[in-house]
Amino acid sequence: MSRALTFHIGAIIVLAALQFILPVYHSGNLARIMVLAVYAMGYNVMFGYAGLLSLGHAMFFAVGMYGAGLSVRLFDMAAAPAFGTGIIASILFSLGVGLLALRTIGVAFMIVTLMFSQAIYLLILYFNPLTRGDEGFVIPRAVRQVAGFDLSDPTTRYFAALLLFAICLLGMVWLVRSRTGRVLIAIRENEERARMLGYDTWAHKLFAVVLSGTMSGAAGAAYGLLFGSIGASFAEVPFSILPLLYVLLGGPGTVIGPFVGTVFMFYLRDISSSFTDAHMLVAGVALVLLTMYARRGIMGVVRERWAKWLP
Amino acid sequence: MVSKKSNSNPANRRSVLKGMAAIGAASALPGFVPFAEAGTNEPIKIGFQVHRTGIGAAYGRWYDRTTKAAVKVINDAGGINGRPVEIIAEDDGTDPKRGAEVVEKFATLHKADIAFGTLFSHVVIGSAPRAGELKIPYFVVSEGHHVASGMLNRWTLQPGITDVKSQVQAMAPFVAANLGKKVTMIFPDFAFGHDHRDYFSAAIEKQGGNVIAKIAIPPTETSFTKYFAKIPRDTEVIYHVMVGPAVLTFVKEMGEFFGPSRPEIFGFIDSLEAVDLKTPGLEFLEGTYFWEGYNRYAQPDQSDVDRFYRAAVGIDNNGASVSDPKDVSTAAHMWGCWETLYVIKAGMEAAGYRGPKDRAALVEAVEAMTTMAEGREHPQGDKLFNGKTHQVFGHQNISRFEGGKLVRVHRTSIEDTLYPDEVDYTKMSF
Repeated sequence: MSRALTFHIGAIIVLAALQFILPVYHSGNLARIMVLAVYAMGYNVMFGYAGLLSLGHAMFFAVGMYGAGLSVRLFDMAAAPAFGTGIIASILFSLGVGLLALRTIGVAFMIVTLMFSQAIYLLILYFNPLTRGDEGFVIPRAVRQVAGFDLSDPTTRYFAALLLFAICLLGMVWLVRSRTGRVLIAIRENEERARMLGYDTWAHKLFAVVLSGTMSGAAGAAYGLLFGSIGASFAEVPFSILPLLYVLLGGPGTVIGPFVGTVFMFYLRDISSSFTDAHMLVAGVALVLLTMYARRGIMGVVRERWAKWLP
Repeated sequence: MVSKKSNSNPANRRSVLKGMAAIGAASALPGFVPFAEAGTNEPIKIGFQVHRTGIGAAYGRWYDRTTKAAVKVINDAGGINGRPVEIIAEDDGTDPKRGAEVVEKFATLHKADIAFGTLFSHVVIGSAPRAGELKIPYFVVSEGHHVASGMLNRWTLQPGITDVKSQVQAMAPFVAANLGKKVTMIFPDFAFGHDHRDYFSAAIEKQGGNVIAKIAIPPTETSFTKYFAKIPRDTEVIYHVMVGPAVLTFVKEMGEFFGPSRPEIFGFIDSLEAVDLKTPGLEFLEGTYFWEGYNRYAQPDQSDVDRFYRAAVGIDNNGASVSDPKDVSTAAHMWGCWETLYVIKAGMEAAGYRGPKDRAALVEAVEAMTTMAEGREHPQGDKLFNGKTHQVFGHQNISRFEGGKLVRVHRTSIEDTLYPDEVDYTKMSF
């Protein structure tokens, strides 16, 4: 087994152990962080590996969340099939977004993703009778059951979040070491050269958008089912910026980086908000410092200096 | 080679010391401090979920001040069950995701007895499921119909402020009898506006009137003139309930559109909470009517209770801060924090509350409440609490904009605000 695989499996084992060690407050936080880290990992596929900067990633999260949530609300679906519906909705939606948005590049791509995301947000508000608009709605505890496991139970929720996180993490380890992953990195570094070498860069970028959107959508569906509430704020612009911050801090183009960035940002806000209302200023200063002195993010620096084998 | 050597001996002295240092540092994090079960003299901890940042910041600032004022009065009078009240305030950024995290923090980190104080409906809906799972009583001060609609859970209650459904339906008799029966509604195109649209449409029809046009304004809109052109000519009353930073533009453009010949206008003060009514551009509102939960301006028949409440919170007879007349309060809503805290006090005393083990008893004690008399505990007026729906009902005020102030012209009965139960939370398990 390679060092990279050992490291990431080890990280999953440590996370599993932490459920039994951490105080309930922190294990609850960690469950939330793992789901958000899946969102960030999805973002990292596009930004960190394929070099596609999206400013509207909340749309994918929201499509997964509402795909699952509306399945429960409108069709009385159980949690597991609702989760599946959320993922299918994410695949189809990200395919559609990819087919349209990839007709643009650079700044235009950023603007198009931002606009698509805003359209999704406004659609949620527009269809208020179905979605309850900006207020959102609750998924009752009775529905949040899978194979006899109650997703509202802290331990079950933690391990459900860990399962999703582990699948995505190991999937990413496999992807970045695969031929497809290497082509994505080649596109990020020099798309013209990758195309000249005979790779279908457009198809690879479309794959990156679909995979990224699906992972983000899976995170959205999981978030709704694990924490019981669905809301339009998860489709707003600030929620699109969060995974960018997570990835920038943790290390773009590193598999574990999005998780590290999510932990960092979560606790930075959590701890600073206990001392000051200007917690976003604290986060901003931290971000500026990291950008100035650790431009590759936390795990990017770790890889550069101590662990070149880190994928 | 060096790195291989160090890797092969993971338990060397340096790594052990580093590990111990890491454990030491980690144990300094919040949450690792062991919690001692509260004794009878320990303060009662109330987790206050406050909108200090985000869209609800103006409301949050005054919810904070009102809460502190009420807690000071309660503590000066001996606290609750002889124990002082301690407020643990945490900003939720007016964000449902953070709101849920804050409720978790109250329950599992701070070991708060209850959570309290949330205003914005989407934050309540995002947070209430976690409150239910954590079995922590969650006293919201939101105005939303979400509690009484049955959407939430047994642990979530709204005993200190009336909900939008009761407020809106209580306006219809006055509007139909005094302003007109053909109403055009202008409202923001999201859930809050849709609630007004649906509840008022039904209520005005019962009064023999009808809504002849429903004009929804997209939340991102910044210019409104094109919407005014859609107002039917035979409109007798415009009902508006705009919120957000574009409200002043909305009023200014409405004034420019109608000039001196306008229909009657009725609105919810939510639009102008924390806004100085002497702001240039608002003169157009002279002679129009507003709903107010609590009168911003002291009325000619001001009671001793109102004087006491204003002095305690620190607002003058114009509803502004006594230290800064330009710092206008959210008077129509913030009284809900005051009254909710007194309901909590009464509930804890009735339940003989001693600690988190008595949380269910506290909920049951509040559910058992019915009438609440006007007084220092309830300065807005007497109330009727429905334990089944976890929602309180009370009088509503209609005020006229006169000389840059709001003068009360009508006060509804509590009966005007009642509607059939939509849920019975008492049948739900804890």
